[in-house]
Amino acid sequence: MSAPLINVPARAKRGDVIAIKTLISHEMETGFRYGTNGVLIPRDIITAFRCTYNGEEIFRADFYPAIAANPFLTFYTVATASGTIAFEWTGDNGYSQTASAKIVVG
Amino acid sequence: MSARTIFCIGSAAVGFALLACAVPAMSAEIAPGDRRSDYAVMSRETQAMQDDDAANPGMLWVQDGATLWARKDGAAQRACADCHGDARTSMKGVAARYPAFDPGRNRPIDLEERILACRIDHQKATPFAYESKDLLALSAYVARQSHGLPITTGADERMKPFIAAGREIFNRRQGQLNISCAQCHDDNWGKRLAGNIIPQGHPTGYPLYRLEWQGLGSLQRRLRACLFGIRAEPYPFGAPENAALEVFLMWRARGMPMDTPAVRP
Repeated sequence: MSAPLINVPARAKRGDVIAIKTLISHEMETGFRYGTNGVLIPRDIITAFRCTYNGEEIFRADFYPAIAANPFLTFYTVATASGTIAFEWTGDNGYSQTASAKIVVG
Repeated sequence: MSARTIFCIGSAAVGFALLACAVPAMSAEIAPGDRRSDYAVMSRETQAMQDDDAANPGMLWVQDGATLWARKDGAAQRACADCHGDARTSMKGVAARYPAFDPGRNRPIDLEERILACRIDHQKATPFAYESKDLLALSAYVARQSHGLPITTGADERMKPFIAAGREIFNRRQGQLNISCAQCHDDNWGKRLAGNIIPQGHPTGYPLYRLEWQGLGSLQRRLRACLFGIRAEPYPFGAPENAALEVFLMWRARGMPMDTPAVRP
């Protein structure tokens, strides 16, 4: 399984609005499709995404079957302090993936 | 003369008349100045997705390919990097000249087949299946190293007969719809087929991420999908017809810059 692609600026000025981009590899099988054998393919999707900035939650999203494969999320936050921005995706069948990025705020 | 003979002659005459109507003027090939990448005719949103490495889902495969490049595998316990070193220098421009002539096989082979051959001959490993995630990842990683470089496929003299064979298939009417590749992609590019703009069909960005596929796919997959669309029987993966078409299409796009991993609708 490939690692998520994370894009967080390495440095920012205090108070700057920064863009965060995440891209993760996932089939996002809807649970509505039938295989060539006529059997329903069970749902297998990411159901939740959470982003924390030095431990504090700054963004959260719930995912549903209509979200495309390999979900891409972009959102914004204010650079408040140097530290770690951490990401967590969880989903069906015990799916769990994490990533993090360092940011220096000067 | 019996009535039956007259009927035969009559139907033959009708047949010729139909044939005369049905045979189109030979499709005019697109002049070099009129060529445009499929990138140019897609939406700004899709272009933006391709251009931003943080948003281009094809980069997930490129990243996997970089890992595979360095991973020791097979009975020989060798990685691609053990022979080829850093792909960023050794693989630069390679995908832009593929499919390339292979003297051992006396025919051109595409990038995927070259990777499979390397895997069997040098790594002594089990080959990847066509369209498997690993093969797509490695070919995407290798092709990525040619990003922005002009396509040079077909410069080799030995490729001439294969370009001709590909052109013949490109212009051949096929399937229940009885149309050729050229009738759409040479004669009617820029017009719409249902809601979609018909592209010229230059394979500059393979393997590429198709939004319709929700994943990465090779040029052979694309060709098979096109044949399915005209209700012809798709050529199997690795078939000489696919190889000839790949050679012809890359030669037809010669000089255009590579943009692997491309994103297409």
